[in-house]
Amino acid sequence: MIPSKFDYVRPKSVDEAVAALKAGGEDSKVIAGGQSMLPLLRLRLAAPSVLVDCARIDEMKGIKDNGDSVTIGAASTHWDVMNSDIVKTHVKLLADATATVADPQIRHRGTFGGALAHGDPAGDLPAVVLALDATLEIAGSKGRRQVAAKDFFLDYFTTAVGPDEILVSITIPKLGKGWGTCYEKFNRSANGWAVVGVAAAVKVDGGKITEARIALTNCAAIPVRASSVESALKGVAVSASEIEKASQSAADGTRATSDLAADKEYREHLMRVITARAVSCAAGV
Amino acid sequence: MTELAEHVAAIGRPLKRKEDARLLTGKTQWTDNIQLAGALHMAILRSPMGHAKITKLDVSGALKYPGVEAAYGAAELGDLNASVPCVWPVTDDMVAPDFPALAKGEVRHMGDCVALVLAGTAAQAADALEGIVVEYSALPAVINMDDAIKEGSPLVHSDKGTNKCYTYKLQPQGDGAYEAAKAKADVVVKRRFVNQRLIPSAMEPRAVVASPMGTSGELTIWSATQVPHVLRVLLALVTGVSENKLRVVAPDVGGGFGGKLQCYREEILCVALANKLGRPIKWTETRSEDMMATHHGRDQLQDIEIAATKDGKLLGLKVDLIANMGAYLQIITPGIPLLGMFMYPAIYKMDAYDFSCIGVFTNTTPTDAYRGAGRPESTYAIERIMDELANELGMEPMELRKKNWIKHEEFPYTTVAGLTYDSGNYEAATDKAMALFKYDELRKEQVKRRASGDKVQLGIGISTFTEMCGLAPSRTLGALKYVAGGWEHCTIRVLPTGKVELVTGTSPHGQGHETAWSQIASDTLGIPVDDIEVIHGDTRTSPYGMDTYGSRSLAVGGQAILRAGEKVVEKARLIAAHQLECSANDLEFDHGVFRVKGDPSKEKAIQAVAFEAFSAHDLPDGLEPTLQAESTVDPQDFSYPHGTHLCAMEVDTETGKSTIRSYVCVDDIGIQINPLIVEGQVHGGLAQGIAQALYEGAVYDSDGQLLTASFADYLVPSAPDLPSFVTDHTVTPSTTNPLGTKGVGEAGAIASTPAVINAIVDALRPYGVNDVPMPALPMTVWRTLNAARQGGK
Ligand SMILES: Cc1cc2nc3c(=O)[nH]c(=O)nc-3n(C[C@H](O)[C@H](O)[C@H](O)COP(=O)(O)OP(=O)(O)OC[C@H]3O[C@@H](n4cnc5c(N)ncnc54)[C@H](O)[C@@H]3O)c2cc1C
Repeated sequence: MIPSKFDYVRPKSVDEAVAALKAGGEDSKVIAGGQSMLPLLRLRLAAPSVLVDCARIDEMKGIKDNGDSVTIGAASTHWDVMNSDIVKTHVKLLADATATVADPQIRHRGTFGGALAHGDPAGDLPAVVLALDATLEIAGSKGRRQVAAKDFFLDYFTTAVGPDEILVSITIPKLGKGWGTCYEKFNRSANGWAVVGVAAAVKVDGGKITEARIALTNCAAIPVRASSVESALKGVAVSASEIEKASQSAADGTRATSDLAADKEYREHLMRVITARAVSCAAGV
Repeated sequence: MTELAEHVAAIGRPLKRKEDARLLTGKTQWTDNIQLAGALHMAILRSPMGHAKITKLDVSGALKYPGVEAAYGAAELGDLNASVPCVWPVTDDMVAPDFPALAKGEVRHMGDCVALVLAGTAAQAADALEGIVVEYSALPAVINMDDAIKEGSPLVHSDKGTNKCYTYKLQPQGDGAYEAAKAKADVVVKRRFVNQRLIPSAMEPRAVVASPMGTSGELTIWSATQVPHVLRVLLALVTGVSENKLRVVAPDVGGGFGGKLQCYREEILCVALANKLGRPIKWTETRSEDMMATHHGRDQLQDIEIAATKDGKLLGLKVDLIANMGAYLQIITPGIPLLGMFMYPAIYKMDAYDFSCIGVFTNTTPTDAYRGAGRPESTYAIERIMDELANELGMEPMELRKKNWIKHEEFPYTTVAGLTYDSGNYEAATDKAMALFKYDELRKEQVKRRASGDKVQLGIGISTFTEMCGLAPSRTLGALKYVAGGWEHCTIRVLPTGKVELVTGTSPHGQGHETAWSQIASDTLGIPVDDIEVIHGDTRTSPYGMDTYGSRSLAVGGQAILRAGEKVVEKARLIAAHQLECSANDLEFDHGVFRVKGDPSKEKAIQAVAFEAFSAHDLPDGLEPTLQAESTVDPQDFSYPHGTHLCAMEVDTETGKSTIRSYVCVDDIGIQINPLIVEGQVHGGLAQGIAQALYEGAVYDSDGQLLTASFADYLVPSAPDLPSFVTDHTVTPSTTNPLGTKGVGEAGAIASTPAVINAIVDALRPYGVNDVPMPALPMTVWRTLNAARQGGK
């Protein structure tokens, strides 16, 4: 389909972008990689008057090692993220999850920040930043603010990023020694969206799990932490059967939807199975 | 004259395709690339409803939008609102509802055309659709075929008083013959298989440009079509534009799979409006439109019953189909199930066959040909029930097949359905496939996994298929009430410089005809492949043809190439003999050179003869100048490729996900002109057949909303979803055509679907699973497994 008419601006800095958004009023929208935005425009599900292109703002690109954390510019493409040595070494969970996003063409265009700001419940990366307790930096006309991942995702396609705000960067604390991670994605076709995805980070000490952080993709309107599994796993021996047992509560606190890929019952079943697999994989079973 | 390249035997060589460079780089004229001055772009307002009365339609608002020149509903269009034709009235009493290009007061499927806008740009036309006011009053929709044929069902066409389109019966052994065979049976297995609805999804969407400003007053239509010749006849008939004033061009076309074998509403509208307004009209569909308004395929309910003795000898087969026509009939909608009708008995010998089919209207997109057209459906049902019968009998499924198939020494063999298969060797193809597959090893692994209760079970699926292709002997088509013939045409012109123009009536849209046809002509004429240019897809430059579908192009069109080439050589021989001062019989012809037998120093190349034929200074008395010939060939019979396909499937019993571990197929398509193209066709076909088994399925809700209206929900698999195929072949030449070729365009799509499902069922058999609905997506398999574990069916 052909989109409705819109204006297009390509600011050079975050400040310029914020100003352009404000000037454009309610109907202005950020576009980054366009991989979610363009389908909406083409199906005429969105008809913004101005598109503010943030894909080439220098400040929003690049990946930095801060010592105990890693900061990733929101406009970094999926391809940049998954191939960054810093990310591969210190935030392997993100590199692994990003490699499961769509296909190479989309990964070359779509951005990390776009995938988070879009707030798609089926997106893979929100669960990763939630599991890793990331902090997101947002710029607006009133200045900058830091938002914790747990406060960032508000509802279906709704995040803490306000209408005239921009997600600038994402800072992810490094996991210390003894941690293993895994992103387990269950989809119907190789390039498909997650029916259920599980981001798991597990700390193992002396053959036992001492801490676990687990976040679920596509199990509610927003990514959710499987907190009852997290507690159930504490002190559990690193064995497939023990992990399976502890994962039985994976669907607690989720709000599974029904769609063509999975009805509620099946999706909840998948949460348990995929959580167990993700944890096992993270724990090296 | 320049030095002539030497001819090297071309048939059988895996030459890379001549056409690929331009197709892959896009340096060609796709229909949507055609830009004509003064063109108006058409945008169509489509029904969002499955079934509704149009209570108000006011297009005048659209006229206020920038760039808009005209807007039409059915009322404004008046007499120009021609109806979409159906050329296959399968029975005398078939119900054939009117199918106007723009809906008249009632919409009958989501995507039905309601109104249209013509504007200066495509964007303007799309914007202006928002200015059209339309109000609907919902009518009850009927989607499910079983519901549609019940008394009191909502009617798709209330004026027809029924949703039944036709009832067709075939009882080659007479009424009661099947019952008699069944009475002798020890075992009878009966199943209902659902062959789900598919969306063809060609890479290039449909597109049309109709221009009244042809080079000499004709109306030219460029269309992304598989059938320029058929389309011309039909457009002339339905729009009233004189046939000799219509030129249809199929430029390079990006796939069709049957979806572009049609005379579409949008094509009719573009022609009618270009003719009326005297301006070019252009339309290119969106992917969303493609999914709801390009015809769909399959969609049959198959009740199948097979009767056998306890030692596995087949006695009879009974098939009762209900076939979904969709909301209207298109070009050959009603005939599709009948193309499958003859193939249910497949490669097996038995005493009696009984077939019936009820065509049914529903509030869904019309169905029509989709890769295989009727034969994938029949192959699926017979190959599935053979596995079920084997299970019932406690026999190894391949043993059951071997026991019943036609042995290679029994060809030609007339089947219980009445077809005569000319040739085949099922034993050879199967032996080769089983060895490549390591059948016995996999069976051993399966036993182990079953014993250990592995969460991932292994299944082996078999499909020993055959199909009828190469449409078709014209008389046979006539007997089936199809209105056209099935011949094919070729003209070969050897130009003064020795280069060749080969004009074919086939219309490639991805098949590689330019290369394969050159190879046939090259060996016939003794002229190098690179010196042969294949001309196709334009009714001005290739006036005669029946186009491309049903794996017919080589099987039928190849014969015309061979015959036209032979005629050229016959004529060239007369000229060469005249100039070499010998009798025509004294000449031998080898690699393009005529030589006098016994005096090889006296020779003349065919290219030199072509120049002589052009200059005409020294031709035999009475022989016409120029070196060219044409041939129109009506095939003697269908062709019957066959093969053995084997699939090893891993099924995750926790999640229901099925992953193909290996796939082996050995196809016998007779003589191969170009093995590389053959392999490509097999790979693509496998992808589509596997897609039906595992991924694709069009889903409507009960109101007629298409829920799988985008690629996010309609899962077309891509390369990472498919295994690395192992393909091989045996060669049993066809005896009913001089090239010995059969068809390969649909083989992979026909054979693979049952192999895949048989493999899943085989994996889950220990849990009590006897069938898995398609597409076997994880949730479906998981549910089936759960039901079986709980002692359901
Ligand atoms: C076929 C297909 C398959 C896909 N499969 C997957 C998948 O499996 N997993 C997955 O996770 N994703 C998938 N995606 C989505 C992909 O990851 C997108 O790239 C991502 O969702 C959006 O990133 P973008 O840069 O393209 O954002 P855009 O499309 O440009 O924007 C998306 C939204 O975010 C807003 N936005 C973008 N950047 C910013 C910013 N810096 N600040 C504020 N707002 C911003 C825009 O205003 C818009 O509302 C798929 C997409 C497609 C087309």
